[in-house]
Amino acid sequence: MMSRIFRHLREGIKNVIRNGWMSFASMSAVIVTLAVLGFSLILTFNVAQMSTDVTSQLEFSAFLNVNATQQTGSAIAAQIKALPGVESVQVISKNEGLAQMKKELGSEMGDVLNAFKQNPLPIQLVVKPADPHQIDRIARQVEEIQGVATVRDPHQLAAAIFRTLAIVRDVGVVFVVALLITSMFLISNTIRITIFSRRREIEIMKLVGATNWFIRWPFIVEGMLIGLVGAVVPVLVLVYGYRSLYIRAKGVFSGLSFPLVQAGDLGVKLAVILLAIGLFIGLWGGVMSVRRFLRV
Amino acid sequence: MIEMQDVWKEYPNGTQALNGISVQIQKGEFVYVVGPSGAGKSTFIKLMYREVRPTRGHIFVNGFNIERLKDHKIPLLRRSIGVVFQDFKLLPKLTAAENVAFALEVIGLSHKQIRKRVREVLSQVGLEDKMDMLPSQLSGGEQQRVAVARSLANNPTVIIADEPTGNLDPDTSWGIMRLFQHINDRGTTIVMATHNREIVNSMRRRVIAIENGVIVRDEEKGYYGYDE
Repeated sequence: MMSRIFRHLREGIKNVIRNGWMSFASMSAVIVTLAVLGFSLILTFNVAQMSTDVTSQLEFSAFLNVNATQQTGSAIAAQIKALPGVESVQVISKNEGLAQMKKELGSEMGDVLNAFKQNPLPIQLVVKPADPHQIDRIARQVEEIQGVATVRDPHQLAAAIFRTLAIVRDVGVVFVVALLITSMFLISNTIRITIFSRRREIEIMKLVGATNWFIRWPFIVEGMLIGLVGAVVPVLVLVYGYRSLYIRAKGVFSGLSFPLVQAGDLGVKLAVILLAIGLFIGLWGGVMSVRRFLRV
Repeated sequence: MIEMQDVWKEYPNGTQALNGISVQIQKGEFVYVVGPSGAGKSTFIKLMYREVRPTRGHIFVNGFNIERLKDHKIPLLRRSIGVVFQDFKLLPKLTAAENVAFALEVIGLSHKQIRKRVREVLSQVGLEDKMDMLPSQLSGGEQQRVAVARSLANNPTVIIADEPTGNLDPDTSWGIMRLFQHINDRGTTIVMATHNREIVNSMRRRVIAIENGVIVRDEEKGYYGYDE
């Protein structure tokens, strides 16, 4: 049994080597495919993490009319709190708002605010919905309330980036599917050529009573080897590349200050997925070519 | 042993190869199959190891019912049959010993068993001293001996030979015939399609003549019966 497995492995490796250039071509196709796929996956994992991050802290601010008093503020806050699906309402008074703005602007620029005789800031209500998906509905309802001047979603920018990333990811998926099909096709073509160059052996094997599976295995091994090598290369490149990027960025996506997915976790996930897909398309390519060409 | 009952074969391209063949070949017989080219000899032979399926009729070989034989059982049938061809069908990159070993590896024997059996059959065909030579280093007769050794490797009960002397000069042909005779003496059935009149007429055995897909003559110790 073991010797038979070794034989199939040996013959499969021989097939890959004997058919050097074609094997190389199909490996390259798999490498490109899985590199693109891996890249999209890295993006997807990070987008997924970002979106849970963002949705969990999703909230919006409502600004009252400038002349609204603290009492009106509390009253409106209570009114909003009473809306269905609102988890909490935080009142930021005019003074608090001013202090916050001074802090944000820094000491030099902050002095500019001293030029105002009156506090120019409106009262701000920070509303957090219980369910992030309800945010738009609640925001619209709050906007209707008498005394509310404007409603602003602080994560509008993040949401826009999100949508862009999602589009990039979807386009990536389409590309990857097309590339996967191409790779499978190339692999099965490569094996077909091996089968052709070995047709004499196959003929003799059939005549002396080899079972179909005995004949098939080396070709399936050939396909799986191509798929495997085609997966190992992008796994190494992407995992190494992501790790150094992660370390350099100190684990944070600088533009948006979102945390990146941990390099180690992502590496393992990526390796498992790409190796599995590599093996699978190799296997499938092998099975396809063998099925059509080894009618016994 | 081998039995055909009203066997017909029409190829997909419309060629009527066999038109109702019935024949019985007993264990241990030595049978020549003769006839003009294109008469159906090859089809007749190929039916026996299920290279070709009959369009109609019943075939039994070594207890296998060929028409009912499931695809995955074909290897079992073929392991009970040795096949020898005009063009030897040896693998050019393998030595004589490796060519024989190939047939045994395929059926899953251990290395030790293979080595032993390879030596046995190669000495049986008189090539023990040339077992490490490549086919290109051997003469045509020697190559055919390797092919015969390979066909013997599985201990088949029947050897089917399709013009085994077709590519060989007369002296060498006689060597191969003596080898077949020797194998037949040990009880192995031999079915041999041939165009070699001299051999058929001197080494007299049962002769089955096929013309236009039917058996026109079947006689013990027959003659070749065709003028070249």
